[in-house]
Amino acid sequence: MSELDRLERFLRTDPRDVGCDEAMAVLHVYVDLVADGEDAAGRCPGVAAHLLACGPCGEDFTGLLAAVTGGERE
Amino acid sequence: MPAQDLDEESSAWLRRLGAAGAGRRVAERDLHARLVRIALAEVRRRAASTPVAGQELDDVAHQAADDAMLAILAKLADFRGESRFTTWAYRFVILEVSAKLGRHYWRHPLVALDAGQWERLPDRFGIDPERHAEAAGVLAEVRRVVEEELTAHQRRIFVAVVVDQVPRDALVAGLGLRKNAVYKVIFDARRKIRRALVAKGYLEEPGGSGDE
Repeated sequence: MSELDRLERFLRTDPRDVGCDEAMAVLHVYVDLVADGEDAAGRCPGVAAHLLACGPCGEDFTGLLAAVTGGERE
Repeated sequence: MPAQDLDEESSAWLRRLGAAGAGRRVAERDLHARLVRIALAEVRRRAASTPVAGQELDDVAHQAADDAMLAILAKLADFRGESRFTTWAYRFVILEVSAKLGRHYWRHPLVALDAGQWERLPDRFGIDPERHAEAAGVLAEVRRVVEEELTAHQRRIFVAVVVDQVPRDALVAGLGLRKNAVYKVIFDARRKIRRALVAKGYLEEPGGSGDE
């Protein structure tokens, strides 16, 4: 029943998800990997799983990535 | 993630910020100016999702830059070179913007805490219970799990975040909770609801995609 897709996606949890604290503790490292074109999700699957599932941490990731790729990097 | 040798730019920042006298002050001014630019860009990027606007939004950005600057200088010795220095430093200002927008949310809240707007849940998931009897059953089961299987504390958090759409950073600030504690409540509630919906035959058993 496709009408339930959004609910199903919301309810799906990933056991690799490291949670907010651990993801935020290494956010700068993860962002540098992404900015450098490295396989960040492959190297840090628990962080990747968290950033996909947690809206606020995903926003922080997007903001930091924009900061380091948006001309504020020498 | 092992610490790496410092890149040239990071070394230069540490050298300048660790210098004495005028050199250090210039470096601090340079870094602060960058933090202000990033904070202003970040509050504007988030403007559509916060009730904070206008001059107050700019004030949040400047406060975030000031507080981030203090934190960076206080924690300079903690920088281990796992990332570029600037990425490490910018993380402080991004997280400050998040936290400050969460606190400022309650000056102009879009929804009150404990509003309990269950009637809006179908829209939240794009479900039309008028069209499908099964959808109505699913929504009723979600509500039953929330009301019967969660503690009062868990229920309050779930209803605020999922039903009433209170931003998580605002809820963290409003209830004085840790971000991870709120996430854990939602994470556990999602698992409970999913189990209940699978047991009732509304959803299939999770597959092998890394899901539980």
